Amino acid sequence: MKILVAVKRVVDYNVKTRVKSDETGVETANVKMSMNPFDEIAVEEALRLKEAGKAEEVAVVSLGAQKCQETIRTALAMGADRGIHVLTDDELQPLAIAKMLKVVVEREQPGLVILGKQAIDNDNSQTGQMLAGLLGWSQGTFASRIDLDGGGGGTANVTREVDGGLETVALALPMVVTTDLRLNEPRYASLPNIMKAKKKPIDAVSPEELGESPDPRLTVVSVKEPPQRQAGVIVEDVAGLVSKLQNEAKVI
Amino acid sequence: MSVLVYAEHDGSAILNASLCAIAAARELDADVHLLVCGEGCRGAAEAAAAVEGASRVLLADAPAFSHGLAEPIADLLVELAGPYDAILAAHTTGGKNILPRAAALLDVAPISDIIGIESADTFVRPIYAGNAIATVRTSDAKKVVTVRATAYEAVPDSGGAAPIEEVGGGGAGTGGNLSSFVGQELTRSERPELTSASIVISGGRGMQSGDNFHLLETVADRLGAAVGASRAAVDAGFVPNDYQVGQTGKVVAPDLYIAVGISGAIQHLAGMKDSKVIVAINKDEEAPIFQVADYGVVADLFKALPELDEELAKALE
Repeated sequence: MKILVAVKRVVDYNVKTRVKSDETGVETANVKMSMNPFDEIAVEEALRLKEAGKAEEVAVVSLGAQKCQETIRTALAMGADRGIHVLTDDELQPLAIAKMLKVVVEREQPGLVILGKQAIDNDNSQTGQMLAGLLGWSQGTFASRIDLDGGGGGTANVTREVDGGLETVALALPMVVTTDLRLNEPRYASLPNIMKAKKKPIDAVSPEELGESPDPRLTVVSVKEPPQRQAGVIVEDVAGLVSKLQNEAKVI
Repeated sequence: MSVLVYAEHDGSAILNASLCAIAAARELDADVHLLVCGEGCRGAAEAAAAVEGASRVLLADAPAFSHGLAEPIADLLVELAGPYDAILAAHTTGGKNILPRAAALLDVAPISDIIGIESADTFVRPIYAGNAIATVRTSDAKKVVTVRATAYEAVPDSGGAAPIEEVGGGGAGTGGNLSSFVGQELTRSERPELTSASIVISGGRGMQSGDNFHLLETVADRLGAAVGASRAAVDAGFVPNDYQVGQTGKVVAPDLYIAVGISGAIQHLAGMKDSKVIVAINKDEEAPIFQVADYGVVADLFKALPELDEELAKALE
């Protein structure tokens, strides 16, 4: 089986977000960029499945400008076998990304597609579900465990992190999985593997070659700073705190 | 215009988060219909019929629609979508599992986790862990939207008398063959539900172990509060995943949020900074949590929590 992992280049999670002064978006120029943390978990899971003999190949796909190659290289340095870069300078929204990924999936014929459950920039949590829908495949979202043999009869068991706790579903293969935090702890790429990754192939394709266009549906009207909270007071001790909560804030 | 809200339920009552999504639907000045899915869930449909402002309840009662499986329910939404201008659900793990799939099948760009409605096609939503607020306009004729529950006041779940109409008689479509429910491990608690509790007390890495959470639980029970946690505490295995408050966990906005042994990473703040009053207890006076806290106590939590319980006992007498 082949596993396809989709990865996104995002502003690093440690960077303090700055809203542009013209309110058109968030500052991304001269800002440290990294692989979306949930996508690192997706790459890691694919590699573990390959190492366990459940998959023969791990291919990684990213969509966007030239610099997305760095993100693909990061995945290759972790151990993925090859990259696919849907190269475009146009802004891509999740629906268009899902449509382009669908074409990549039809070309590559993986048995499993893994994505992060959300990207930490736009916090949409949409692409995996949309890809599964467009393909007519099953979806195991917010996964904390993947058991490819667990379901039997051409199905896999996926345990999902849901609001009430954990839920396990049996899903028909091929399937789409989106990763939650507890699925695994991603590895760091070693220096020799970073060097090796430079020689691994990355195929670039354009959206046009996939027969798709950006077709944006959403327009950003404005991006603003959220209302800021003011720091309050430090109270001397716990007795003082309880008194404030009861008499000043009146919340107990 | 008319709006269909995917209403989640526990078998007998409509979830609070869905009641908040219905409040958002009513802001659209629309005829609001509710979709109740499940097996043997007429009780839930009757509860939906009583929700204030609902003018019709669609009941899909069949084994395929049990357990909130995305594949059959997304197909059902597509089948029902025709007459509706918008489809809404709460941004719960249920809503965000199903709605994007249905949206893609309808060729609509979904809009996730909204906190405001500017007009019928323009919505407000947090991005970058709530560090920026985006206003987006969609060109899609049909809108598919998930709603952040804490941004809306739940509509009353009584007073209405909507008719109930059965739907989904054609079965679950092809999506019904893709997935099945195997089992669940739900966290059992007598305490209020985290996202709708009026007081939440959360522990972080500073708690040091799962056993130490009993110190928090004692205080929680005295206040009638829910117990939450930071990602660090969940990753360390102190408490189950459903305790997690933050960008990628649950978003809460109680009247009182007490953060204990939580440093205050932006990812955590994203899940609680809309709380009315925030209290931080941390021994590190430099901890970023103090920058958003209304009241801070710099103290060792293992000393402070028993004291807090004692003082609360006196105060609440």
